[in-house]
Amino acid sequence: MADPVKLTIDGRPIEAAPGTLVIDAAKAAGIEIPSFCYYEGLTLQAACRMCLVEVEKMPKLMTACTLPVGEGMVVRTDTPQVHSARKYMLEFLLTNHPLDCPVCDKGGECELQDMTFRYGAGESRYADEKVHVPEKQYSPVVFFDAPRCILCYRCVRICNEGLGVGALGVINRGAVSEIAPNKGDHLECDECGACIDICPVGALTSGIYRYQTRPWEMTHTGAICTHCADGCKTTLGTRNGRILRGNNRDRSGVNGEFLCIKGRYGFDFYDHPERLRAPLVRVNGKLEEVSWAEALATVAKKFSDTLAAGGSFGVIGSNHTTNEENYYLQKFARQALKTNNIDHHRTGDVAGLLDALGARYDTTAPLRSRLDNGLTSRDREGAVARPTIPGGKEAGLATVSDPNLDNDVARLDNGLTSRDREGAVPRLTIPGGKEARLATVSDLYQRKAILVLGADLALEHPLLSFQIRANYRHHQARIYALTPKAVREDKYAAASIRVADPADSFAALEHLRDKLKAEPELVVLFDDSFQGADIARLVDFGESLGIPVRYVCLLDYSNSRGAIDMGLAPEFLPGYEPSGQPGLRLNEMLEANLDVLWVVGANPYRAQTGDTQQQTGDRRDVSETQTGDRQPIPDAGIGVSPRFLVVQDMFLTETAQLADVVLPAACAYEKDGTVTNVTGETQRLARAVDATGPKTDLEIMGFLAREMGVAADLGPWTPAAVFEEIRARVRGYDLPVATLAAGGAVQTNAVNGRIPAAGSGPQAHSDHNGLFASGTLGRYSKVLNSVLEGRVTR
Amino acid sequence: MLYNEPSPLETKVLSRRFGLPDSASLATYLATEGYQAFLKAAGMKPERIIEEVKVSNLRGRGGAGFPTGMKWSFVPRNSPKPKYIVVNGDESEPGTCKDRVLIENDPHQLIEGVLIAGLAVDAHAGYIYIRGEYRYLIEIVEKAITEAYAGGWLGKNIQGTGFDFDLYAHTGAGAYECGEESALLESLEGKRGIPRIRPPFPAVAGAFQCPTVLNNVETFCAVPAIIRDGGAAFAALGIPRAGGTKMTCLTGNVNKPGVYELRLGFPVMRMIEEVGGGIPRGRKLKALIPGGSSCPALTAAECEGATMDYDSMAARKTMLGSGGVIIMDDQTCMVKAAMRIMRFYAHESCGWCIPCREGTTWLRKILVRFHEGGGTRDDIDLIGDIAKNMLGRTFCPLGDAAAMPTISIVEKFRQEFEDHLDGKPCPFEHADHKWDKPPSLSPGWDKPSGLSPDDSSGARILNG
Repeated sequence: MADPVKLTIDGRPIEAAPGTLVIDAAKAAGIEIPSFCYYEGLTLQAACRMCLVEVEKMPKLMTACTLPVGEGMVVRTDTPQVHSARKYMLEFLLTNHPLDCPVCDKGGECELQDMTFRYGAGESRYADEKVHVPEKQYSPVVFFDAPRCILCYRCVRICNEGLGVGALGVINRGAVSEIAPNKGDHLECDECGACIDICPVGALTSGIYRYQTRPWEMTHTGAICTHCADGCKTTLGTRNGRILRGNNRDRSGVNGEFLCIKGRYGFDFYDHPERLRAPLVRVNGKLEEVSWAEALATVAKKFSDTLAAGGSFGVIGSNHTTNEENYYLQKFARQALKTNNIDHHRTGDVAGLLDALGARYDTTAPLRSRLDNGLTSRDREGAVARPTIPGGKEAGLATVSDPNLDNDVARLDNGLTSRDREGAVPRLTIPGGKEARLATVSDLYQRKAILVLGADLALEHPLLSFQIRANYRHHQARIYALTPKAVREDKYAAASIRVADPADSFAALEHLRDKLKAEPELVVLFDDSFQGADIARLVDFGESLGIPVRYVCLLDYSNSRGAIDMGLAPEFLPGYEPSGQPGLRLNEMLEANLDVLWVVGANPYRAQTGDTQQQTGDRRDVSETQTGDRQPIPDAGIGVSPRFLVVQDMFLTETAQLADVVLPAACAYEKDGTVTNVTGETQRLARAVDATGPKTDLEIMGFLAREMGVAADLGPWTPAAVFEEIRARVRGYDLPVATLAAGGAVQTNAVNGRIPAAGSGPQAHSDHNGLFASGTLGRYSKVLNSVLEGRVTR
Repeated sequence: MLYNEPSPLETKVLSRRFGLPDSASLATYLATEGYQAFLKAAGMKPERIIEEVKVSNLRGRGGAGFPTGMKWSFVPRNSPKPKYIVVNGDESEPGTCKDRVLIENDPHQLIEGVLIAGLAVDAHAGYIYIRGEYRYLIEIVEKAITEAYAGGWLGKNIQGTGFDFDLYAHTGAGAYECGEESALLESLEGKRGIPRIRPPFPAVAGAFQCPTVLNNVETFCAVPAIIRDGGAAFAALGIPRAGGTKMTCLTGNVNKPGVYELRLGFPVMRMIEEVGGGIPRGRKLKALIPGGSSCPALTAAECEGATMDYDSMAARKTMLGSGGVIIMDDQTCMVKAAMRIMRFYAHESCGWCIPCREGTTWLRKILVRFHEGGGTRDDIDLIGDIAKNMLGRTFCPLGDAAAMPTISIVEKFRQEFEDHLDGKPCPFEHADHKWDKPPSLSPGWDKPSGLSPDDSSGARILNG
């Protein structure tokens, strides 16, 4: 890095990297320069004029947000002239502002209020008529109140630059300028609500949250969005046991403040009227409400009887339940039910990737205890515009000798051949060296080149897409997209190739070989069109480039990664250790006419097709069959009903309608635990609201174990206790509790050498959920179903 | 066509062909030394051309008066990007109407100036950006361009010199803001006309982010004369530090309003009396705005001894500006003048930055109310204070342009404001040169003036 520039701000000597803006240099030194339009990561506007400062040798006040630091520059932010500029700028802003703070959603967390309180005048000299325009609704989730708008253009920029959508613009001129949709009177966009979130005042308000509460009356809980696999932190604002708002203004979590419609609004399934509130047991062919005690006793008795009779069990786990629940479920199945018939809906071949990497590298590698926990892309990007904090950030990657590695060796001894063990000797790794093969979310923002294979990231993985776009804008990253359809990445890709048939991917990759070879490094993201041997071939291709390559195996749901990591698979124990005994896979279980099938948070009797439009389209059919009559699913054509079906779910899904016992389960926002996202980063969930009626899956399983008298064998069933066991027993999950507890994300690294059981053919299929679909769960979100775009583009 | 009789006191350099039969035609142009300067320049080294322009003391005629030769020398010659010449024909400053007659009467002079600038900075394409309200000039310009192409004065290998140049005409949509050079470039690129953050200046990153020479129509029109007769000859027409002549627009209370080409340094009082034929009905001069409505007004006393040039005006804390002289007689209500000026700026503020957007509107409201008799004594100070809070703090000079005349009028004609107090009727309303009574509310949010969110054609993507 070039030598730092020395300057003085308010008499304090400050050093900053060349190119740093004065406003950022001041902020790093703890000096606040107020601003509305300046927003880290977005293009500069210099429109609000709040950041005017005095600079020696400059005749006029300068905007600190556009002024790069200069050697010997003397800046003053605390002079009468500067104070007067701020005071009168606020006076100007308030001339047409309605000052309806008492009923404004933003009241209490409004930047205009804060600035006026701090820098503004106590009284107004404005005595003339204010201009007023009625409020407008731009979409089910976006309302616009023009008089409150201060025209900082943050919304326009976040939509255009951040999301790559560009749905908002400005119309009219002068004092009657207005933010307006570019499509006329309505938005056609991702409906992500970033414009509302980023609005410093209450001009853009959320259709879901508006007039619900005063901000200070809410309790805020850090949850992880339970829809797609990206693992965005969504901070849920709750009051009186109701979730009112989702956002991430504190920028904790891997997503910074980014959220898509699912993370910001998609929590609303939790109080859907069709939510199951009491257990159901089939009596005379009809599902009838019973007490928890009765339902649990019925299931426990059936389990025990079947065990005693030597009957067959099948267990299907979920892509949404926590690691703790998944771990406990597989333990329950294997230890108590003595079966290895356990699986879940796999949406990507993670095991195939880990196997391919394990065959080539020791990827034990940095358990990246992210000391920079909580720092997000926006903060990191401060590297551009902010002095480096010594020892910060990247330093977190340096792996010191890990006391747990010995334990790893001990654990690996089970079931691994000597050849495997040789390949599995833990090694210390060099940060950023060739062993760091699994990309993190932040890698997508930091690495110089990104290769996207198959998926339409903007629709299926909005966070990953957002990161890549920011990387392109801030670091000029080179993007390569090999996708079957046109994708948003095309707009800025260095090369995009349409690959209709996944089989042609390698030919297309060869076509790009020279370009990719010239890159300093690469992150490869691939979807379920690459499985098993194809992944090995892809990794071979990556290796042949001679540059560091990291990989992301794209998955669908919030804990898809955790499900396979926790051994919800017949071939794997937790941590990809071989189970050593054959078990039925998901589809085999559905065909096998088992004595008992136990489905926890999954909907396997839903027609499994990649066409999500069809899935969401038959939403109404579900309601019409609410009676719970047991009947075969027309057209689904999947499997035969087991003799006894137990389902834990939130709703009476297609599967639950077939069940003998339905146990109402809590959703992700009603429980504690951990989940692991698509990049293997584990984060903690915290309970935001209590479920009235339903219990968490972990509790249900624990109670069942107690009823069956096996609870002692299975161990305690609190999330914290199970997580401790996971830390001790599961490879790659020895994660720092403190970091997780503080809301940080830690990447797991579950591989150490080859995975013997992998490579038995394609098993994964992705639902390819778009922005407005989310499997079965998404059908119960009012917001996802309300937006116009959902009907057109999901 | 011409709109006024020429004055014998004029020094006709730029306007030398005005009044010739078919003066806008290529034939007339060629018959009167047309394009000779280009041919001469084609044989000169580019540095030499820029040097000649520097020697001429030509300063930008758009209003800011920046030395043209220096501006051209900022263009990085070795840039790998294409370079562009852009002509600022967005003449919107109230009181100014000189570019229009230059284009109407002698468009080839402008084209020749552009070509010479192209030679000087190695540019091979140019745009003539014409104000939206001057849309009819597009025909004239395009006819001239077509003629020039046909005559081999544009296109490939012009007149065998090996120099290629393409020229396009482009019209704005009617926004004063687009006269600001960076907003003009945004508009030229098809975006909303809002100013850009500078630096980088257009010389480095202008049209399409490429190095760009951007000057006023009159500036380019002066270039052929400078090359033809030499920079020194042009400089000698004016005074030290301000070479040549200035197209001066006499407007307001004057007997012979019009556009006159006067040497820089021409005495103000002589201009009014002899060129403009004095003030009608024998009235006295009350105030004068020397260079378009954005310049601080001068009192009659201040006009004594003043000359029409940059330094003399600067000494009187005003500006030569664009040469749009607004003459106000002793029956002019200065409150109304301030109001009229502010109505213009409030209407034209692009809305980008807070102080200009809100300040101009606030001032307009106060001035309208004040003139109608609803003012208070505090308002007088408030008007000046609001203007001072805008001055120097806005994104682009539009805010300054609105603030400066207001400050000067409040300070210099405070008594007239006092005379409007306490519900008294405007003391000048009986005057026989009444203006249209302005509506008490100009179109606002309550009455959308044109575009509304329902009108998708009005929606624009900001910054692309």
